[in-house]
Amino acid sequence: MNTDAPFAPWEDESATPLIAFSNVTKQYGTFTAIDEVDLKIYPKEFFALLGPSGCGKTTLMRMLGGFETVTEGRITIDGVDMDGIPPNKRAVNMMFQSYALFPHLTVAQNLAFGLKRSDMPKSEIDGRVEEMLRLVQLKKFASRKPHQMSGGQRQRVALARALAKAPKLLLLDEPLGALDKKLRQETQFELMDIQEKTGTTFVIVTHDQEEAMTVASRIAVMDHGKLKQIDTPDRIYEAPNSVYVADFIGDVNIIEGQVTKAEGDAAELSWGEGKPAIRGMAGAGLRAATSGAFVVRPEKVAIFSEEPMDRHNRLNGTVEDIAYLGNMSTYYVRLENGALIKSQVANNRRIARRAITWGDRVWLSWTDTAGIVLAS
Amino acid sequence: MRKPSWFNVVSLTLGFAFLYIPIVILVIFSFNESKLVSVWGGFSTKWYGELMQNEAFLDAAWVTLKVGVISSTIATVLGTMAAFVLVRAGRFRGRTLFSGMIYAPLVMPEVITGLSLLLLFIAVGMDRGVTTIVLAHATFSMCYVSVVVSSRMATFDESLEEAALDLGCTPWDAFKSVTLPIIAPAVASGWLLAFTLSLDDLVIASFTAGPSATTLPIKIYSSVRLGVSPEINALSTLIIGLVTIGVLVASVTSKRAIQKQKRDELLAEH
Repeated sequence: MNTDAPFAPWEDESATPLIAFSNVTKQYGTFTAIDEVDLKIYPKEFFALLGPSGCGKTTLMRMLGGFETVTEGRITIDGVDMDGIPPNKRAVNMMFQSYALFPHLTVAQNLAFGLKRSDMPKSEIDGRVEEMLRLVQLKKFASRKPHQMSGGQRQRVALARALAKAPKLLLLDEPLGALDKKLRQETQFELMDIQEKTGTTFVIVTHDQEEAMTVASRIAVMDHGKLKQIDTPDRIYEAPNSVYVADFIGDVNIIEGQVTKAEGDAAELSWGEGKPAIRGMAGAGLRAATSGAFVVRPEKVAIFSEEPMDRHNRLNGTVEDIAYLGNMSTYYVRLENGALIKSQVANNRRIARRAITWGDRVWLSWTDTAGIVLAS
Repeated sequence: MRKPSWFNVVSLTLGFAFLYIPIVILVIFSFNESKLVSVWGGFSTKWYGELMQNEAFLDAAWVTLKVGVISSTIATVLGTMAAFVLVRAGRFRGRTLFSGMIYAPLVMPEVITGLSLLLLFIAVGMDRGVTTIVLAHATFSMCYVSVVVSSRMATFDESLEEAALDLGCTPWDAFKSVTLPIIAPAVASGWLLAFTLSLDDLVIASFTAGPSATTLPIKIYSSVRLGVSPEINALSTLIIGLVTIGVLVASVTSKRAIQKQKRDELLAEH
């Protein structure tokens, strides 16, 4: 791979996607689980489906595995229409949320299970099992049964078993959900490492936005069976296309008002009688004279005790609460119109020297490009 | 340990005496030299010898065993299939009726089951013999198997089967190599239950047995009506011995399994 250019096949018009959903709808009776989804996923991507529980992300993934049928529309994998193809005939493997390790088989037998049912010659199976055990660092555990292992080890066996057949596509259903936080963070990097080593396309389902941000090359944010935004983690965070996405990913301040200007990149939002309009970047498809919302991340909001005259965006308020998190503090500032705005400041200095405290009159400010004005 | 009170000792003794004195008497009198069941004539094992010579009893034992094995195997296959449908098929029209009908034979009086089967066999013109007893036993023990297997199926993680399909199994292969080995203990206990019920059954067998085939319970019952012979005592003692061995083996095996599980859990923590 050319290491100079960043990995971004989705920006390349000529790239062929590995997976293509076109106009896919899934209905259970009258309930629409997946609503007209169009999605392309490219080879070697680490793609995350992110959303609250019940948003349809798992259904979407199970459709790829062949465990759910499509009511309308079409799914192709590697150019082949998947309609009517059962799970055992797909070059797709899945790592289940419960790991689904076969309790009556040893680790090695679990890994060999899929290989025995492939066209791999018998003589090569043992070698492949060994290779997979090495990949997930479980060589010592080959002859153990799943219930003789810890949660983290079982998770790695499940991953190795799903990768053993060298599938074109690996589906991971909340793969780290059962692990504790510290182990989860370590495993995230391990997953990325293994994905890179094997060159497999990964599609992961998660409700944990931090996990999605860490591992994925692109994220699809879902809500009520619809894809709200498909973008790289930084774009999802910095340039959400809707208030829903902005609110779902990370912490955010939302100020509602009227869009007074939307020209090119720049936009203005009027939010209170006699207050100067807030300046920000214009969100996609924003038009003037509509209602809108200004969103800005707390860490982009600076806090001052004196009015910062050199900045355009400056709002006046009172410190209502301070959350001290060690490495940073979050100031909750109540504006005159009653809105509560969060400002996050890194604690570069010792806490004793903090100039701002409860009940102080303060000024909040951010640059003209720090926030986004979105249609609401 | 606390010293047991007088009351506890007495009630325990009385309870066990009530349960086991009849059996102990039966065992003792099976070694009676005398032909009279109520008079002790000295120790002897001659009735066991005579029992081994008694063709009629041996035939009946053989028929019972054959009926037990075949009927419980049929019942296990059918009962497992029924359990599968009941647990897996989700909600369908008439599900409640269907499951009710599966479990109805559990509460149906045996006399009625026996009589209706008898009428059926007469209606279709089947000669009564081993086949009819097998069919009758399979019919009534199937629901017991279904109850045992479906309670195991209810806690079965379906993603195991999906994982098998995902790794390239056909649905039948997935059932055979993943589902069946995991639910095997339940299927085996279902089979054992059906087998025990079949061995034990007198009422239904007496409705469906013909002159060509008699099961052991029928044979014992009918010969006792002509007077208890010491041979029956010997036979009963043998059966009690077999049952005792079975129970002992089962409890030792399950104790070992529990110990093994404890060791495994310890292993998993490392």
